[in-house]
Amino acid sequence: MSVASFVSADSVEDALQALADGARVVAGGTDLVVGARQGKAPLPEQLVAIHRLEELRGIEETDGGLRLGALVTHEELAEHPVVRERFTALADAAAIVGSHATRAQGTLGGNLMNASPAMETGGPLLCFGASVTLRSAAGSRTVSVADLFAGPAQTTAEPGELLVDVEVPAQPAGTGSCYLRLEYRRQMEIAVVGAAAAVSLEGGKVGSAKIAITALAPTIRLVPASGQALVGSDGGGEAVEAAARAAADASEPISDVRASADYRRAMAAVIARRAIETALERARGGAA
Amino acid sequence: MKVATTLTVNGIPYPVEIEPGATLLQAVREAVGLTGSKEGCDDSECGACMMLLDGKPVNSCSYLALQAEGREVTTVEGLADGAELSPLQRAFLEQAGVQCGFCTPGMLVSATALLRANPRPSEEEVRIALSGNLCRCTGYDGIVKAVLAVASADGSA
Repeated sequence: MSVASFVSADSVEDALQALADGARVVAGGTDLVVGARQGKAPLPEQLVAIHRLEELRGIEETDGGLRLGALVTHEELAEHPVVRERFTALADAAAIVGSHATRAQGTLGGNLMNASPAMETGGPLLCFGASVTLRSAAGSRTVSVADLFAGPAQTTAEPGELLVDVEVPAQPAGTGSCYLRLEYRRQMEIAVVGAAAAVSLEGGKVGSAKIAITALAPTIRLVPASGQALVGSDGGGEAVEAAARAAADASEPISDVRASADYRRAMAAVIARRAIETALERARGGAA
Repeated sequence: MKVATTLTVNGIPYPVEIEPGATLLQAVREAVGLTGSKEGCDDSECGACMMLLDGKPVNSCSYLALQAEGREVTTVEGLADGAELSPLQRAFLEQAGVQCGFCTPGMLVSATALLRANPRPSEEEVRIALSGNLCRCTGYDGIVKAVLAVASADGSA
């Protein structure tokens, strides 16, 4: 099957109508076209391109939080001063997606809707409690990122729905965050194992802690037990070890070309510990 | 069924007829006829096909040609000023950054994008930025030296 029809939408309404008529969406192409080249899935028969939709661009500050358009690129996220300062894990993640070519073209909306269990931006967004707006010709709804992922390459979005923006709420004062991954190559790499952590400190104690694991389960997932191991503690070595162990215990890795399940499980605690330590260091205001 | 479109490559508009699913790399090599950009992996791993799209790097094997309509595409052929090589191209020759040459078009485009975004990169920054471009001959040292030579000379690619 090859692409029979291609339209470049002039408005979100145009795009939604095309989706309602059975088209699939393309933005930066960095997953869709690569997937087709690899023979994973042929290009859809009907395509609607959304790269010209200005209303889906832009990073806006909203009451301590962020509104991120679906077409915000990884490059824009990685370079944005507010993302880097207050939502650091998201900047960490965006900065290591693909190469500079991937980051210049690949979009946040595409990264989320591709729903890879190894995606970089998902863990930070889960830790920050982000949600997405899904629009269709029939209306619009808000879905938490936690409820968006349904499985490898599967989301809970309906075929006619378009992710239009991502809302990231304000974080507690004194929050530090970090995303990191185990990798074999510095660019054009996919996480072998990844972990995201967002922790806040109140008077030297951990007030809140969210830990998410990447490439360790069918979807990116939050590990509540890992956060609980930190809350109320002073963020010292013992609590961090317990939190990292909880993250590893929550993993259900697969064996694939990049790593065996055993290796992933063994590395899960290491990567989670490093992410948590760096998030704590950042929360304490240290250089990280 | 092929569709008609116009691709502007290195400042020149080319009316072409292409399949809607054609990649930018296929369109530029086969329909436009500029074969400087190479197909290495065809999988966004190697960077041999890298072009600039409105000044930003793109792996053209993984981008639909029709999405480039109305935009500026720059390939390795657009880096030189007529017969005059760009400083980066000259530096690649002077520093032995070219061996078989297959990765060179993508390397040059990638390094051009790096130097535009960061005119004074450190060696580490050059190595990271170019690690999306694979070279199987040079061992990278000549390439990195070439980029650093241009960066320290005047910061323009």
